[in-house]
Amino acid sequence: MKNTAIIIFVSVLMLGAIVQSDKSLAAGGHETHMENLEWSFDGPFGTYDRGALQRGLQVYRQVCSACHSMKHMYYRNIGALGYNEAQVKAIASEYMVEDGPDDEGEMFSRPGKPSDRFVSPFPNRKAATYANNGAFPPDLSLITKARAGGADYVYSILTGYEHAPKDAHLLDGQYWNKAMAGNVIAMAPPLADGMIAYEDGTAETVEQYSRDVAHFLTWAAAPDMEERKRIGIMTLLFLAVFASIMYAVKRKVWSDLKK
Amino acid sequence: MASGKREKFDNPVVEWIDSRLPVFTLMQKEYGVFPTPKNFNYFWNFGAIAMVMLVTMIITGVVLAMQYTAHADLAFESVQRIMRDVNYGWMLRYLHMNGASFFFIAVYIHIFRGMYYGSYKQPRELLWILGVLIFLLMMATAFLGYTLPWSQMGGWGATVITNLFSAIPGIGDTLVTFLWGGFSVDNPTLKRFFALHFLLPFVIFAVVFLHVWALHITGSNNPLGVEPKTKKDTIPFHPYYTVKDTFGLLVFLMLYVLVSFFLPYIFAHPDHFVEYNPMQTPAHIVPEWYFLPFYAILRAITFDIGIPFTDIVFIEAKLGGVLAMFGAVGVLFILPWLDTHPVRSARFRPLYRLSLIALVAAVFGLGYVGAQAAEGIWVILGQLLTGYYFLFFFVIVPVLSRIEKATPVPESINAAVLEKKKKKA
Ligand code: HEC
Ligand code: HEM
Repeated sequence: MKNTAIIIFVSVLMLGAIVQSDKSLAAGGHETHMENLEWSFDGPFGTYDRGALQRGLQVYRQVCSACHSMKHMYYRNIGALGYNEAQVKAIASEYMVEDGPDDEGEMFSRPGKPSDRFVSPFPNRKAATYANNGAFPPDLSLITKARAGGADYVYSILTGYEHAPKDAHLLDGQYWNKAMAGNVIAMAPPLADGMIAYEDGTAETVEQYSRDVAHFLTWAAAPDMEERKRIGIMTLLFLAVFASIMYAVKRKVWSDLKK
Repeated sequence: MASGKREKFDNPVVEWIDSRLPVFTLMQKEYGVFPTPKNFNYFWNFGAIAMVMLVTMIITGVVLAMQYTAHADLAFESVQRIMRDVNYGWMLRYLHMNGASFFFIAVYIHIFRGMYYGSYKQPRELLWILGVLIFLLMMATAFLGYTLPWSQMGGWGATVITNLFSAIPGIGDTLVTFLWGGFSVDNPTLKRFFALHFLLPFVIFAVVFLHVWALHITGSNNPLGVEPKTKKDTIPFHPYYTVKDTFGLLVFLMLYVLVSFFLPYIFAHPDHFVEYNPMQTPAHIVPEWYFLPFYAILRAITFDIGIPFTDIVFIEAKLGGVLAMFGAVGVLFILPWLDTHPVRSARFRPLYRLSLIALVAAVFGLGYVGAQAAEGIWVILGQLLTGYYFLFFFVIVPVLSRIEKATPVPESINAAVLEKKKKKA
């Protein structure tokens, strides 16, 4: 029993140390502020909210996509947000995609199809950087995994704009943001109240837009999450039952030594 | 190669095979009736657990390799395809990614077990050495694998670690160019890393085979560190330890599944989800958690080693760090000759026990330091803990071997087990 206790203690210590060291990595830079929101996808049973995902896609399409690509996404993927096939086709066809070469060897433009990738706003990284005052707007397909804090971080960036303190030196095209490492960001505040018209009557505020787009980006980075948790629960249940049986068997087998 | 006496099997098919190739006799001998000390605790589960993790890594790895593209322009994208479009690709990747962590957890506990109960001592020195070799090969494999998704952290980690070899006097730079297959971490590097990452687990498998073979020659150690003397001290491996190992394995797998399915990024750095960009260095380059203690030892040597108060330098700081880091693993190879105390188990060696627990604490401390930026208090703390690490192996252990008086060691395993039962009753 004593040794079992030691093993448990050592494992807990190990996991604790690992998690702790991971957290301390996330810090760095100046004082930053991160909101801590509640999300429907939190916890072992959490799921995405289809309404929030659709609104988030709308925010991305109408605002963020002017600067940020999402190159790991295909239009067919948004079927998972609750759109039917016709709606997915309609959304895809709103974009013009370069295709070809045709039979005469020419490249041509055609309306997008579900099998196309999300169209990027710029042809390459250099063009994107040049158009944004020398700052590269990162691809958003994985952004909630690529920043500590995930959805909370995206929300905090979008709602974190403030007047710069007097002693701060901001260059042209730089803004003060309390969530950004170093507090200086080269993205102009992208959202404003009332900027996007929601059809379902949800509040049209910067906070709500930010929440929805952060929700959508979390899904885009981890579309597997719901299925993953479902399979995880089933696997854990199976292992728990199997382990209990094995424990009973072990007690039984070993009992003849105890005499 | 005749395998000596062989008992007949009743089943004709089994008998037909066994009389031509005695695999059933072998299994029966090595895992059926194999006499095993009857006093194992749950620390003895981790060998079997590590074996299962190795097989898990090989299976998930081979299936991932069917979809993965080892090319600098395509690798990151192909991992995203695995995550998004390949059926259950996300599951394979999460199991492989977190499987590496759990493999190391099992092996670290396994190594600690060996040190606590003196399993490296005569006659198990070679068994221990093969184990340290497996550990080294695992570190190499995990390091190579971490570069494959071609992420910021993977690519820059590879740059930092391969660059270490440039500290070797004379041939350093040539060696690094050779490792890279060019003048920077680029496509040729990725391709050779993939080839080696594919190969090494099978080499590990071969060494594990030797490790287990050696184990079955000497037999297992046990928590008392007393060799079994009579039949009363042992029980057959099956069914006693087959059921106990299965139970322990299932509990371990539950933790592994819990992390892989509910906290799959807990061990991953955010910069591991950004594509590698050789033009942009991340703010902090940190290796995976299982390397952090050794990374801290590497960074602890911030000074040149030479004759004090002169300009004479024997070992420059960078080379010193590299030597310390490899030395920290290498010292395990000679542990059987550093510790010559006749008593194996730390249960009967209070001073060794205390120093070893302090070593574990120091390694955790080093792991924490390894994750911090190398500045201020962390440098000094890293140096102190590194100092203790080597003090333990080169001073404390040899000295205790000579002077430590062990508490009374029981007559036999059976006697100790009976004693314990009497106390309980
Ligand atoms: C006018 C162009 C533009 C628009 C529109 C825009 N961004 Fe950005 N964004 C940028 C640029 C440029 C950067 C790089 C900032 C930097 O590196 O300082 C950036 C950076 C970011 C970052 C990363 C911050 C970091 O940690 O590096 C996030 C997250 C982000 N944008 C989210 C969004 C979201 C969500 C939207 C839509 C609501 C959006 N952006 C709209 C230009 C834009
Ligand atoms: C000792 C066993 C092994 C260890 C410790 C190990 C470790 C790792 C690690 C740490 C990664 C990076 C995972 C990530 O961050 O995404 C990785 C990736 C990878 N490994 Fe392994 N691995 C092992 C065996 C194998 C084997 C046997 C194969 C194939 C035959 C393999 C194929 C791959 C592939 C294709 C990748 C890239 C895809 C990905 O990143 O998910 N691995 N490995």
